[in-house]
Amino acid sequence: MSTIYILWLRQIKRYLRSRSRIIGSLGQPLLFLVALGFGLGPIFQKAGGGNYIDFLAPGVIAQGILFTAIFAGIELIWDRQFGFLKETLVAPVSRFEIMLGRTLGGATIATFQGIIIFGLTLLVGFRPYNLWLLPMGLVIMFIIALFFTGVGTAIASFLDDMQGFQLIMNFLVLPLFFLSGALFPLKGAPDFLSLSAKLNPLTYGVDALRDVLSNITQFGIILDISVLGVLTLLILVLGSYLFSKIQI
Amino acid sequence: MSSIIIDVNQLTKKFKEFSAVDHVSFQVNSGEIFAFLGPNGAGKTTTIKMLTTLLLPTSGTISLNWFNPVTQQDQARASFGIVFQDPSLDDELTAYENMEFHGVLYHVPQSLRKQRIEELLNIVDLWERKDQLIKTFSGGMKRRLEIARGLVHHPKIFFLDEPTIGLDPQTRNQMWDYVAKLNQKENITVFFTTHYMEEAERIAQRLAIIDHGKIIAHGSVEDLKNLTQTSTLEAAFLKLTGKAIREEEANPSEQMRLHRQMWRGRK
Ligand SMILES: Nc1ncnc2c1ncn2[C@@H]1O[C@H](COP(=O)(O)OP(=O)(O)OP(=O)(O)O)[C@@H](O)[C@H]1O
Ligand SMILES: [Mg+2]
Repeated sequence: MSTIYILWLRQIKRYLRSRSRIIGSLGQPLLFLVALGFGLGPIFQKAGGGNYIDFLAPGVIAQGILFTAIFAGIELIWDRQFGFLKETLVAPVSRFEIMLGRTLGGATIATFQGIIIFGLTLLVGFRPYNLWLLPMGLVIMFIIALFFTGVGTAIASFLDDMQGFQLIMNFLVLPLFFLSGALFPLKGAPDFLSLSAKLNPLTYGVDALRDVLSNITQFGIILDISVLGVLTLLILVLGSYLFSKIQI
Repeated sequence: MSSIIIDVNQLTKKFKEFSAVDHVSFQVNSGEIFAFLGPNGAGKTTTIKMLTTLLLPTSGTISLNWFNPVTQQDQARASFGIVFQDPSLDDELTAYENMEFHGVLYHVPQSLRKQRIEELLNIVDLWERKDQLIKTFSGGMKRRLEIARGLVHHPKIFFLDEPTIGLDPQTRNQMWDYVAKLNQKENITVFFTTHYMEEAERIAQRLAIIDHGKIIAHGSVEDLKNLTQTSTLEAAFLKLTGKAIREEEANPSEQMRLHRQMWRGRK
């Protein structure tokens, strides 16, 4: 228990100490909100889609969580490069606890990032439709964060240098975001697009978040959370297996 | 007759076809200071990694404090402290936090932890700087902190892989004095590697020399001098291992490491 806590705490401290990284990471979501929100908003409305900010805000929040979470998981590569991982791996604690502590830490950071972006969406005029559902929104954000931190950790377990990092950014994270229905409704999208979105875990996260924040949903929150919950369990099991196999 | 705390038998590690450690056998007695010497790329670090559960042996057996590092990992891990050849601190944490982190991972109870951390930080002269981030530390300060950290849980065996690399003579002397004192007072077994032969000659009670993955000599400093008919350990070492410089065909991660080490030396 204390092992998990201290690993969690380490992640939090590192995050809070990198102010410039926190501020820097808000640029992208802000850009999406302003450029897409104000730029496409009128067209979206005219086409009968309703208020675009209501649609977009949960997507951008999910995007922020996705990026932060994957990055927090991938940070394992840094720990390996800079040697700190060895220190944890020779300690008399189970690899599962180490991996769990790290993952919970990363997920907490990513959720926190999501909350900050939620604040940004309020600045550009987003209003959640029911304040009582906000705690539920927080839970969904945390599950999204947990899942993608797990994905990042699992990937980092078998990458042993930073070269793979750019690859993951370009071929995993960006497609996950753009093909998730975060920016556009899946209804009316071409078949291949809507199919790839349905195979994308982030889609269910965005849909659940949109349900509780904006009362817009495609699959319904029950299905969304079930899919995401099962995937999160699977990735944690896979992640701890891969993590336990690490040799240095 | 002292008891054997590290017992290594026919230990082998192969990376693909290449045997980095090749049927190595040696024993270390409880409470002794043991030097593990060899040219670059001889297999020292690889051996230490297998002893400390970071790497699985290809074959052979290890007994560490009577535990098997392959099958009894947690007990083996609780038995030793280690200073790695390469840096292993968290740069974004303070000195105290790095120590604290270690104490928690090794289940040292809170009050004892506080007491030991203060004691150790004072010994390595870092108590005043305990709340500074590691990234503001010099190479020597980092090394001292790593040494202190490895002792927070009062290990039975202390592994030091080139602990004095990049340190000035003052710090080196101080560090060895402290390690020797620790060895006497707490009866901690010390297993270290170094490329400074005079260090090994002065500190080590017994030693082994490894080259190309094989043990080529072991015994006391006197034994080796007699064996080679030389008057210093350095001369004995050169006679045993030859004068050729080792051209390592370093793999990418090894290259990264050497590169970092170069930069670390300059700080
Ligand atoms: N992960 C690895 N994959 C492939 N080869 C490796 C790996 N780790 C070490 N080696 C090789 O094994 C050999 C022994 O390396 P090792 O690090 O044990 O040497 P060393 O005695 O510690 O040398 P040094 O004094 O330079 O630290 C070297 O040839 C090295 O290139
Ligand atoms: Mg080495």
